[in-house]
Amino acid sequence: MSLSPEQVRKVAALARLELSPDQLTVMAGQLNRILDFVDQLQQVDTTGVEPMAHPIPVENVFREDAPRESLPTGEALANAPNRGGNFFAVPAVFSDE
Amino acid sequence: MTITDRTASELLALQAAGDVSARAITDAFLAVIREREPTVQAFVQVDEAAARQQAEAVDAKRRAGAPLGPLAGVPVAVKDVLCTRGVRTTCSSRMLADYVPPYDAHVIERLRAADAVLIGKTNLDEFAMGSSTENSAFQVTRNPWDSTRIPGGSSGGSAAAVAAREAPLSLGTDTGGSIRQPASHCGIVGVKPTYGRVSRYGLVAFANSLDQIGPFARTVTDAARLLAVIAGHDARDSTSVDQSVPAYTQSLDQPLQNLRIGIPQEFLKTGLDAEVEAAVRAALREYQAQGATLVDVTLPHAAHHAIAVYYIVATAEASSNLARYDGMHFGHRTADKGDLIATMSRSRTEGFGPEVQRRIMLGTYALSSGYYDAYYLQAMKVRRLIAEEFATAFTQCDIIASPTSPTAAFPIGEKTADPLTMYLSDIYTISANLAGIPGVSLPCGFTSNGLPIGLQLLAPPFAEERLFRSARMYEAATDWHTRRPPL
Repeated sequence: MSLSPEQVRKVAALARLELSPDQLTVMAGQLNRILDFVDQLQQVDTTGVEPMAHPIPVENVFREDAPRESLPTGEALANAPNRGGNFFAVPAVFSDE
Repeated sequence: MTITDRTASELLALQAAGDVSARAITDAFLAVIREREPTVQAFVQVDEAAARQQAEAVDAKRRAGAPLGPLAGVPVAVKDVLCTRGVRTTCSSRMLADYVPPYDAHVIERLRAADAVLIGKTNLDEFAMGSSTENSAFQVTRNPWDSTRIPGGSSGGSAAAVAAREAPLSLGTDTGGSIRQPASHCGIVGVKPTYGRVSRYGLVAFANSLDQIGPFARTVTDAARLLAVIAGHDARDSTSVDQSVPAYTQSLDQPLQNLRIGIPQEFLKTGLDAEVEAAVRAALREYQAQGATLVDVTLPHAAHHAIAVYYIVATAEASSNLARYDGMHFGHRTADKGDLIATMSRSRTEGFGPEVQRRIMLGTYALSSGYYDAYYLQAMKVRRLIAEEFATAFTQCDIIASPTSPTAAFPIGEKTADPLTMYLSDIYTISANLAGIPGVSLPCGFTSNGLPIGLQLLAPPFAEERLFRSARMYEAATDWHTRRPPL
């Protein structure tokens, strides 16, 4: 499989990254080289093999659904790039268009 | 012998005997940091006053006859990917250049409870993505043995700090070799524990199913001491395993009888540097001299496909983990005005360096509609084949030995232009993360250029005690770990 600069642009949009036309070309070249290498996995016979998402058996861990101490508002907001009162301030979610 | 040449074990004994104070120890390491940092650049942050304060608190406790923790007065450097309450935690990224966590990582809590002195935060490849520490947004850490070369990565700062005697102990994280490979390149001991052995609470996630925190030290005993402090169950990490932690240091000096060492035949073939191979084979002969037997084992999928699996699994997990950096709640936000999506995209583009962006792109693609089955799902299946291969190998042997890295430390700048070449240097370490098993790298020689060579030992899940004992068998018979870099 080979990625065109246009496909790379779509992936960048999904990943919320802005790449200039020059960067798209460089990125396409680098990703294609990596993908060419990774394509070797298609040759491995994995018939009947269960996918392994975790190296140890993981099961749900439950705890009591009880109120407990949490981060004070001031501390939770301390790293906010922008805040308004006790809230995170963000740009408008809907544009004017 | 100067204080900074002492091991953590010796520093503990010296303090207990009243020969030296914690304050004097911390002062000695701070002096070395001031002297060598212009060359080594292992640290992104050192707060001398805070370090002295912690050391004085330990001295006060000792004077008062209060109980002291197992690392009392011993300085520990910490990779800057571990959250420290009230102290900047940057991940060596512009994205988190000003981020001050409101809480301590589990391992930081453990270090504080052990009365260790947190001496500084160390440099890394941005978000732990890299094998050379050249991907840091702030500085390039130098190898203490040759300042024109990389220290390895991504925990290059933590490894270089210990090798340069700037700290007796440090913590790193290992997602594909990021503790073992820099330990190998810096001539020290580095341990990647079993997945689930150490809580990842407060570790800034790169790839959750692979990341594990572990110790760096100059000796096996010191590494065991530090792992004993940080290992154990923590309910705040749902993948933390509730299994008791053996007293590693107590059994350490008992050699293992009839040790069977598995040698993966595929690992000793292409691309292995001749000097590295010779050093590893000499190490194996030392084990044989101590009664160990060598067993041929075969790990074909690990040898041929682990890197491909890793660069799908790790990037897929990273693309998801790093989605949280959108400039809204914390981290970098662009100064440019725009709508929500534009602000998020611009913030991420400004905040992430090229390697992080590349991995986010690769992971996003591997998880995207239409490609998921071919890439991510297939990678997870081959991952299981690799894990099963190790399980089979461990029915024939007790530990597996190999080089840690195919070459000694390479020159700064040599592999930065070609990401794939950089990835391939992790060939021997990556499969342990995929299988979740523990591994150690320990010094086993030097090249003719005076660069350290590392021996990697791997063990079945939760067999860290066996790993330490077998590593100590070799260390006790050799003196590589006593050599000092020419600084």
